[in-house]
Amino acid sequence: MKKKKNFRGNTLPALVMVGPVTLWLLLLVAVPLIYVVFMTFCSLDANYNLVFTFTLDNYKRLFDANYVQIYAQSLLIAFSTTLICIIAGYPFAFLIARVFTKKKAILYMLVIIPFWTNSLIRIYGWRTFLGSSGWLNNMLTKLHIISEPAEFLFNRGTIILGMVYCLIPYMILPLYTAVEKLDKSMIEASKDLGAKGPATFLKVILPMTASGIFSGSIMVFIPCLGYFFVADILGGGKSDVIGNLIERQFQSGNNWPLGAALSVILIAITLLLVKIYQICGGDMENLGV
Amino acid sequence: MEEKKIIVEIKNVNKVYQGTNAVVKDLNLNVYEGEFLTLLGSSGCGKTTTLRMIAGFEDITSGTILVEGENIEDKEPFERNVNTVFQTYALFPHMTVFDNVAYGLKIKKKPKGEIKTKVMEMLELVQLGGFEKRYPSQLSGGQKQRVAIARALINQPRVLLLDEPLGALDLKLRKQMQLELKRLQRKLKITFIYVTHDQEEALSMSDRIAIMNDGILQQVGTPVEIYEQPATRFVASFIGETNLFDGAVSSVDGDKVSVSIESGVITGKGTDFKVGEMVAVSVRPERIKYSVRPVEGFTVPAAVKEQVYVGSVLKTIVVLPNGNEIRIERLAGEELPAEGMVYLYWKDEDAKIIHSFDNNIFAAIDNIQLA
Repeated sequence: MKKKKNFRGNTLPALVMVGPVTLWLLLLVAVPLIYVVFMTFCSLDANYNLVFTFTLDNYKRLFDANYVQIYAQSLLIAFSTTLICIIAGYPFAFLIARVFTKKKAILYMLVIIPFWTNSLIRIYGWRTFLGSSGWLNNMLTKLHIISEPAEFLFNRGTIILGMVYCLIPYMILPLYTAVEKLDKSMIEASKDLGAKGPATFLKVILPMTASGIFSGSIMVFIPCLGYFFVADILGGGKSDVIGNLIERQFQSGNNWPLGAALSVILIAITLLLVKIYQICGGDMENLGV
Repeated sequence: MEEKKIIVEIKNVNKVYQGTNAVVKDLNLNVYEGEFLTLLGSSGCGKTTTLRMIAGFEDITSGTILVEGENIEDKEPFERNVNTVFQTYALFPHMTVFDNVAYGLKIKKKPKGEIKTKVMEMLELVQLGGFEKRYPSQLSGGQKQRVAIARALINQPRVLLLDEPLGALDLKLRKQMQLELKRLQRKLKITFIYVTHDQEEALSMSDRIAIMNDGILQQVGTPVEIYEQPATRFVASFIGETNLFDGAVSSVDGDKVSVSIESGVITGKGTDFKVGEMVAVSVRPERIKYSVRPVEGFTVPAAVKEQVYVGSVLKTIVVLPNGNEIRIERLAGEELPAEGMVYLYWKDEDAKIIHSFDNNIFAAIDNIQLA
């Protein structure tokens, strides 16, 4: 074997450096992952205990109409969230990177600081804010815009709002990087050659920052499928995402094999999206890979 | 020579960036149709800023710039009949060579057939035929530069602005591109305004050179004028090598001007000087003659310090009694003695008298007092 030769003489230091990380990855990533995949082929006995009798039932159940509906809903929520994040995040990223360059640090911090607070707490904050006796309802009633508290919570729109709120930094940061990397002389060259603002944007700025939009979209879309707590807290269990399904199987449903199968599906979707991203020429480094 | 038509007129232009000093100070400059004008100066002298004001990338703080008699102040870059070749090439990386060059015509929504013919013509002109399907990342520096030039020329600008376009190329390629740019300019008869900090490049390519220092235009003239009749100390020392003597005018007789310097009186040529005025005298190294014996008339004794052989010429440094060093250049083969005393002399017309109102006036005063 060729590889063995390269180890010659350097095995000990190499082991010391790479060993702990490898061990960590093995024990905490690879082994659990293999166990999850293994579980999908198991079944439950009468007492809901995991027993290994090979079955494909868990995968068959994934095509249950109720589940398919939730996948569709989850994808819809993820698409909408991603789209809103692009539309809202692009101008902001552009402003930080190119217009308010002197206030760059402050604006950048505005995006980063919420990161430092637990997102669960922040989502509860939204619930309090939007609730029937929440701040928004109170204010609107006092201003006599509405006569009685309106129901802002527990619909798909609120879930999307929460998702956008949680995930928009993941869109803004790669966009910011892409826009900032754009050489000013490209924009000048376009104008110099006769293009006005909109043409310059469409023909030069947008294609040259597409990689940022692309990696931002991946980084928003994928977590969006799994952020069950947002759907739980703001959706009140009415509009679930794939994450909710999985969570329920492992907790109240007590059906680990089915939960594992759902997880595998989620992983498969994620890998598929990343593969598409890679095929389309996306920079893997932007995803932190 | 036929009447020259002014194509770009820069009048009393100032540029001040917020919170900094003026970058361009009261600039007045006319550019004639069809000429190759170089803005020359070291970095930060305001040459690029001037170019960018003509292109429309920088606002003019005060003053006016006219292109073909029209004030361009309120015109956006895309409304001006000038195009720019950028220092970094600024080729669009997501477009092929063809699409890069076609960009200007596509924006103008020209018919496809016309675009194709013109782009191919342009690529042929810059000797890049057959490269149209490549992307900028697949080109060498010199090729990128050609694409940038083709892209800027396809709009048939009245004036082409070039911002240190050869700065990133290696020496050999740079020399080759210099010749080619000059050839293109002669062929197309488009006015070129060329920014560089490389004096050799400026001398070899330009019809006229405008030298700037610290935001102030020092002199405009043909390469020969600039070299032979430097208007300021800065120009004399920036273009080629020279020896400068500071002093004060002691007498004026027609265009003969005598200047008292520390070690005697130098007579040189110059007009418009007053007795008592602080001046500098510039004598080029290759104009200095020497003798091992004292000569009649004006002469300066000096000791040979160092000789450097650089192929075609021999550079010698000699030291004056006051410790100042003088540089002399001789063709190889007519060496100075390697050591000992020599007597330097030169023709009156090789001593150029220069107004010394700029930065080094204190040095001049010091010399007078010593004398």
